[in-house]
Amino acid sequence: MQFFLAEGARLGLGLIGVISLVAVNALFLIWMERKVSAHIQLRPGPMEVGFHGALQTIADALKLIGKELITPEDVDKLIYLLAPIVMFLPVLVSFLVIPFSPTLLIRDLNVGVLLIFAFSTLTVLAILMAGWASNNKYSLLGAIRSVAQNVAYEIPLLLTAMSIILMAGSFQPSVIVSQQAKVWNIFVQPLAFLLFIICGTAETNRAPFDIPEAESELVAGFHTEYSGMRFAIFFLAEYTNMFIVSAVATIFFLGGWHGPFLPPVVWFLLKVYALIFLMMWFRWTFPRLRFDQLITFAWKILIPLALLNLIVTAFVLKLVR
Amino acid sequence: MKAYVKETLTGFYSLLAGLGVTIRYFVKPIVTVQYPREKIDMSPRYRGHTEFLLDPETGSHRCNACENCARTCPSGVITVTGVKVPGTKKKRAVTYVLDYSLCSLCGLCVEVCPTNALKFSNEYRLAGYSRQDMIIDVMARLKAQQRALGLPEEVPPAPEAEAPAPEAAKSGEAES
Amino acid sequence: MMLEKGLEERTFYLNLGPQHPSTHGVLRIVLEMDGEFIVTADPVIGYGHRAHEKMAELRTYQQYLPNMGRVDYLHALAYNQCYCMAVEKLAGITVPERAEFIRVITSELNRISSHLLWFGAYLLDLGAFTPFLYCFDDREQILDLLDRLTGSRLTYCFYRFGGVPVDIDDDFIAGCRAFSQRLRSRWDDYDNLVTKNVIFIHRTRDVGILPPEMALQYGVTGPTLRGSGIPYDIRKSEPFSVYPLFDFEIPIGERGDVMDRYLVRLQEMEQSLRIIEQALDKLPNGPIMAEKVPKRLKPPEGEVYTAVETARGEFGIYLVSKGDVKPYRVKLRVPCFSNLSVLPELIKDTMVADAVAILGSIDLVIPEIDR
Ligand code: SF4
Ligand code: SF4
Repeated sequence: MQFFLAEGARLGLGLIGVISLVAVNALFLIWMERKVSAHIQLRPGPMEVGFHGALQTIADALKLIGKELITPEDVDKLIYLLAPIVMFLPVLVSFLVIPFSPTLLIRDLNVGVLLIFAFSTLTVLAILMAGWASNNKYSLLGAIRSVAQNVAYEIPLLLTAMSIILMAGSFQPSVIVSQQAKVWNIFVQPLAFLLFIICGTAETNRAPFDIPEAESELVAGFHTEYSGMRFAIFFLAEYTNMFIVSAVATIFFLGGWHGPFLPPVVWFLLKVYALIFLMMWFRWTFPRLRFDQLITFAWKILIPLALLNLIVTAFVLKLVR
Repeated sequence: MKAYVKETLTGFYSLLAGLGVTIRYFVKPIVTVQYPREKIDMSPRYRGHTEFLLDPETGSHRCNACENCARTCPSGVITVTGVKVPGTKKKRAVTYVLDYSLCSLCGLCVEVCPTNALKFSNEYRLAGYSRQDMIIDVMARLKAQQRALGLPEEVPPAPEAEAPAPEAAKSGEAES
Repeated sequence: MMLEKGLEERTFYLNLGPQHPSTHGVLRIVLEMDGEFIVTADPVIGYGHRAHEKMAELRTYQQYLPNMGRVDYLHALAYNQCYCMAVEKLAGITVPERAEFIRVITSELNRISSHLLWFGAYLLDLGAFTPFLYCFDDREQILDLLDRLTGSRLTYCFYRFGGVPVDIDDDFIAGCRAFSQRLRSRWDDYDNLVTKNVIFIHRTRDVGILPPEMALQYGVTGPTLRGSGIPYDIRKSEPFSVYPLFDFEIPIGERGDVMDRYLVRLQEMEQSLRIIEQALDKLPNGPIMAEKVPKRLKPPEGEVYTAVETARGEFGIYLVSKGDVKPYRVKLRVPCFSNLSVLPELIKDTMVADAVAILGSIDLVIPEIDR
C-alpha cells in the first residue's frame, strides 16, 4: 500500500513537473530561437515585451489562446481534433525516463531508451493524421512527405543508438550516463554523434529537413489548416521534441549530468541547450533539402556510415572485453 | 567509391563553412534601427510630400497660383486657388491642397514651378486611419512653420470685389 | 497496374497562388499533379493589371514618367531610361554625356539591388532564411545612395527628357566606391554560405534545364537566357547610352540549369560594379541637362523602338507619336512575360520543390507581366 502511495505521489509530482517544464521550456526555446535567428541575421529580435523581449512568447501564447478555434468545413473532424493530442502526448511520456541528474528522474526504466524512441516515432502518426484530416492538398502532401522522411532517418538514428547501447550494454538511460563518468562518448564515437545530430534534426522536422512543413512550397504543410491553440500545440510539440532529442543526445554522447563544479542538473541542462543552439544554428544557415534527396542522403550516406560504425563498435568491443 | 568519399567530405566541409559564416555574423553588432525608439535622418533630398519653401527674404511662400504644378501633376492631386493681390497684376495663393494618397512623388510639380515655390518635405511618418488623413493642406503647414519660427503668419490677400477668385484647378484631370 | 475495383489512378490539381509564399506577387499557377510530380502547369496572369499602356495615351509625355518606375519596381531606373531614350529619339534631343554617365551609374546600382533582392528571395524559396537578411543589408546601402540622389528608395522617377535633374556630388561618388568595396568583401561569405553549400548545389544543379533552342523559341531574355549559354545582352549586342565606353563581360552559363542562372546573376553584379567604377573614373564634366527641352514636349509624328537590358531581360518600348502632346500608342515589351511563358515547359515532370526552385530562378516580377 505504502509503495503505491509513494509511487503515486512520485508520478503525480513528476507529471506536474513535466508539464511545467514543457511549457517553460517551449516559451524559452521560442524566445531563444528568435534571438538566435535575429543575431545571426544582424538584428536584435524581440525587444519590447519584457527585458530583451523575454516575455514576448508569453504575449504570443496569450494571443494564441484568445484566438478562435477554426474547424474548417469538410475536415475529418475526429482525426482533425485528435491529431494535436496524438502529437503532444508521446512527447510528455518521453520525459518519464529522462535522467536530469542521478536523483532527479521519474522512472528509471531499464528499457528507457526504447521507450523514448518508440514514443517519439508516434509524432509521424500525428502528422499523417493532421495532414489527412485537414482535407487540404498542401497538408496531404506534407503528411506524405513526413512519412517518407520518417523511413529515411529512423533507421540510421536507431543504428547509431545501437552502437551506444552496445557499449553500455543496457537500455537504461542512467546506466548509459554513469558509464561516461570518465570519458564522454562523443570522444569515443564522434561519427555516431554526428549522425545522431543529423538524424535528430530530421526527427524534429527542422530545417534543413523541414520538408513536411516546407513553408515556401507547401505553405505550412501539415498544419496549414490549424489555428489558435491547436496550432500552438503543434508548435509546442516541435520545441519539446527538440528538447527530447537533445536530451537523448546528451545522455548518449555528452555524459549526461557529469561535469565539474556545477550541480548535475545544471550540467545536464547546459548540454541540452548547447545542442539545441546547434540545431537552431543549422536552421538559420542551410537551405532545405528536397525530400527525395533526403532519402538518398539517408540511404547512401547515413545508413552505410551508421552500419559501419555499429560493426566497428561491435568488433572493437569484442576485442577489448 | 573514391568519388563518393570525396563528395561526402567536400559536402560536409561546405556545410561547416556555411556554419562558420553564420556564427561570425552571430557575434557581429546588429545593423537594424529600432524604429520608434531610434530614428534615422532622412537624406536632404528625400521626397516626402511637397510643401511650400519658406522664402527667407519675405518669410512666406512664393506661390503665385499659376497652377502650372496642378496642370503638370500626372495624378492630378494638386488643388491651388489664388486671388489677385490688390494693386498689382500678380496673383497669390490662398489655398494649396495636396491629396497625398494619390501622389506618385515624381517631382514634376517641384521642377515645373516658375517661382521655385515648392520643395519636398522630409516627412516619412505618414500612417493614417483614413484617406482623409492623407489630404495635406500645404498652406496650413506653412503657417505652422511660420509660427514655429516666430514669423508673422501668412495672411492671404482679400479678393477684390470685381475679380472673383478663380475656380480651383479641376483635379483628377490634368489639362495638357 | 492492377487496381482494386472502384479505385482509379487520378491526377489532381494544385493551386499554386495567387497567394503563395513563393510566387512573389499575385501569380497563380495551376498545377496538375501526379503525387509530388507535376504533369502540367498553367500560369494564370492578370491579377495585377493596371493598364499602364492605356494610361500613356491619356497623359502627356512627362506625365507618363512616374508610371515607368512602377512597371518593374525592382529595376525602375532601367525603365525610366528606356522611356526617356524613346522620347529623346523621337524628339531629337541629345543628352549630354555627363547625364548619360549618371544614368548608367544609377541604373547599374539599381541592377545590383535588383539582383541582390532576387538572391535573397530565391534563397528564401529554397528554405534558407539568413542570406535574405544579409543581402538586404547590402541592398540597403544602394537604397541609401540612390535615396540621397533621387529622393526615392523604390519606384524611382529620376531621369528626365534630356538628362537628369540633379547632379551627383563627391559624397555620392565616395559612397559608390565604398559600396563596391563592401559588396566585393561579401562575395566570400555568400560563396561559403550559399554557392558552395552542398544542399544548395543539389537543389539547383541539373534542375530546370532550359535548352538554348527552347529559350530562343520562347523569346526568353536576360540572365535566364544567358544561363543557357547565349551571350545576348542589349548592353553589348545593341549598345545604348554610353555602355560601349566600358569594358565589361557578359557572363554566361553552360548547362542552362537553375545553378547557371544563379551564377550568371552573381557574376553580373560583379560586372555591374566594374561598370560603375569605370564610369566614376571616366565621369566627364559638363551639363547634366540638354538645352532647350520644351516644357510642353510635342515630338514630331513617327515611331520609335528602344530597348534596354534590365535585370530581367530585354525591355522595349514601342512609341507612336502623332505629333500631339500625348503619345498615340505605347507598347511595352516586358521580359518577364516571355520568361514566364517558358515556365510550363521547365516544370513539367518535376517535383513541387523543384518547381519552386525553377520559378524562383526565372526571377519574375509579377506586376511587370500584368502591367
Ligand atoms: S507652379 Fe509654383 S507658383 Fe505655380 S501654383 Fe504651383 S506652386 Fe504655385
Ligand atoms: S510629386 Fe508628382 S504626383 Fe506628387 S504632387 Fe507633385 S507632380 Fe503630383
